[in-house]
Formats: sequence, structure tokens, C-alpha cells
Amino acid sequence: MSIQPAETWLDARCEVSFEELARLSGLPETDLRELVEYGALAPNEPRSERWVFSGECVVAARAAKRLRESFDLDSGALSLALGFLERIRALEEELRSLRAQLPRAF
Amino acid sequence: MKYKDYYAILGVERSADADTIKKAYRKLAQKYHPDVSKDPQGEEKFKEIAEAYATLKDREKRAAYDQLGRHAPGEDFRPPPDWGTRFGGDFGNAFEDLDLSDFFEQFAGRGARGRRGGTAVPGQDYEVTAHIGLEDAYRGATVDLELGVPEFDENGLMRRAPRSFKARIPKGATDGQRLRLRGQGGKGANGGPDGDLYLNIALRAHPLFRASGHDLYLDLPLAPWEAVLGATVEVPTLGGTVQLKVPPGTQTGQKLRLAGRGLPRPHGGAGDLYAIAQVAVPRTASEREIALYRELAEGASFNPRGHFVQETTDEHSTR
Repeated sequence: MSIQPAETWLDARCEVSFEELARLSGLPETDLRELVEYGALAPNEPRSERWVFSGECVVAARAAKRLRESFDLDSGALSLALGFLERIRALEEELRSLRAQLPRAF
Repeated sequence: MKYKDYYAILGVERSADADTIKKAYRKLAQKYHPDVSKDPQGEEKFKEIAEAYATLKDREKRAAYDQLGRHAPGEDFRPPPDWGTRFGGDFGNAFEDLDLSDFFEQFAGRGARGRRGGTAVPGQDYEVTAHIGLEDAYRGATVDLELGVPEFDENGLMRRAPRSFKARIPKGATDGQRLRLRGQGGKGANGGPDGDLYLNIALRAHPLFRASGHDLYLDLPLAPWEAVLGATVEVPTLGGTVQLKVPPGTQTGQKLRLAGRGLPRPHGGAGDLYAIAQVAVPRTASEREIALYRELAEGASFNPRGHFVQETTDEHSTR
């Protein structure tokens, strides 16, 4: 399934093909394959012949493109950086959630 | 054209070698890269750093830049008369209003040639952070965005021009979500597709509600008697006021859930609203109220610190 609507939330419900991920991120398909091999990008069904990715992978792949261009990183270093960025994002989300539950002082 | 001191931006001497320039760029990029930095000014600073590096890392561009001479940052200047001929630029009298970065991006007419040729060129993608209120996330909103976008003049020369446009954010947004608006980026050329607009959603702080994903949290102050006896109280939600039943014996910190009263989810349904009970006491009390509290204190069996004794005893017995 490809992105068709004019507005698309790039979340787990959104699905893009491998070719579309390459187009949206601007990364060559060989680079994308390497990022999948390193585990930085995970297809929904890795064993499927036709890879499908979540919208979250579009966000990660676009960040990968920017980081590769800015820092001249190889795929291994890029995967490591993306892994750390994802951990930071998850920790920030947890922090935000805990702060939201913290009562304010009256 | 306004002068930018690319060497000063990277913090290096004008005589710096390529390796020193690269190191200085990387150090600054680690600090300000928008995917890494939390500095609110990071994106702008990074653009400046990347622009400086893009010119200074390229031997030919650097030589051309050096030939522009030294000027104060922001100073209006014109390149030396023979500059265009020496470095292959064909800009005619187009220096006025041209940004130095655009100038070097299409150095030696590279950008202009790409534009003038018949090859399809896809439009540029734009990526911006949209700061919206909780009410916007609840109802959906149209936001005004300001962007510096590249445009081409009649000579095929690129200039960055400030453009404001509107983008519709459907309901269902929450903090950190990304929205792709297809075809709302830069215009494609020679039959190339238009670019996309990517919005990073950032929720503004709300005076009452705090968001966690699509759930909302609200502090609910309760009078001591409401917490003890239970009560039905009015609670604000983003969709209007609702009645909430507070059960007897409600404790401070207890979360009372209002199902489906949080932010709507993009694909249907909604998060919950949690009212966090806070037993509040009056800072001052009338004589009558004080008398009633005294009467309560004398007659009450409740000891909120009873567990102190128990846990101190347990601690001693395990030593």
C-alpha cells in the first residue's frame, strides 16, 4: 500500500513500500538495504519478498539522509546514531509522560 | 549582496587547511545539527555552518570566495569586476538582493543550468516545526507557516524568498508526531513532481492540561470534605465541561479517568483524560470553620502517619 492521501500521519498505521521509502527519504536503495541489514530500519515483515515499512521508518530514513550528508557517515555509524536517536526519543517520550502525570504545585 | 564571513562562522583562520575546516565543521555540526541538537536556535545556526562548510570544503568555491575579499559580516558588497569571468559565473547585474549562499549553490551556473535544461526536477521537500495549541490538536487547525524558499528569476538564477503559506493539520495530532503533506513543498520543474511538506508537531503548554501521547492530565483540587465524603464536581475538558463523580475516600494523587475525553487519535477513537485528585486546604479559615475542624480533630480516629510507627518497629526488629 502506498501513501496516497494529501495528509498522512507518519506513524505505525502508515505503510510505504521499499521503493517509496527510497523516494521519500532521498536515500539510494543500496543504502536503505544496508540500514535494514544493520537493523536501523525494520520492515514490518522482514521475510516478505516485498518489504513494507511503517511511517516511522520514513522519519528515520529522512534523518539518516540528513545525517549521512552532514557527517559523511558510513551505514554502520549511521545505524548506531539512529539507534541512539531512537533511544533518546523514547526516553524523552517517557519523561514527557511522567511529567504530565506530576501534579503542579498550587 | 551581503557579506558573510564563512571562516568566522566556522571559527577558523583564513589560512586554515582543509582538515582543520572539516574538524571545525563537524564539531559545530554535532552541537547544532537539527537531528541532534535541542537548541531552539540550532536549526538556524546549523544552516549557517553547513552553508559556510559547503563553500570552504570545495577548493574551487573557496578560491572564488577568497577573491571576494574581506568585508564586515552583513556589509553590502559587490564582487571584483573580473570575478564572474575568472570563476565562470554568469550573473550579470544580478548581485543585488542575491544571498551569498544561493550564489555559491549555483556557482558557475550549475544550479541555473539544471533549471534551464529539459530534465524533470522534483520540487524541494520542506520540513518545519508547527507549534500548535491543544485546542488545535483537538479540533484540527490551519496553521500559518513562514519559510525561506528558493525561487528562480527570469535569468534562471535562484534566490531564496520568504514565503508564508497555510497548512491544514487534521485532528489527531500530538507532541512529536510527523505529518506529511503531499505536494505542498517546492514546485517541481520541467514536469518534475512538487515536493512535500513535512510538519513536526510541537504542542504548546496549556494552563490546565498536560498531554502524554493522546492522554491528558488535569490537576483536580478537592476540598477535604469532598475527598472524604465523595462528590460530583464539574471538570473542564477540551470538548466542554463534564460532571465527574469523585468516590468517597479519594486520596491525593489518585487518578480519576474520563474515558475518551483526551485528544482524538488520527485513525479514530480518543485518548483518556485523567483528573489527578489534589486534596486542598484553605489558607485561612473562619472561627466557625476552625471550631468545626477542632471538633473533627478531637473525634477522629484517623492517623495519616500510622505507618511511621509500624515501619520504624519493623526496621528495629530486623537489625
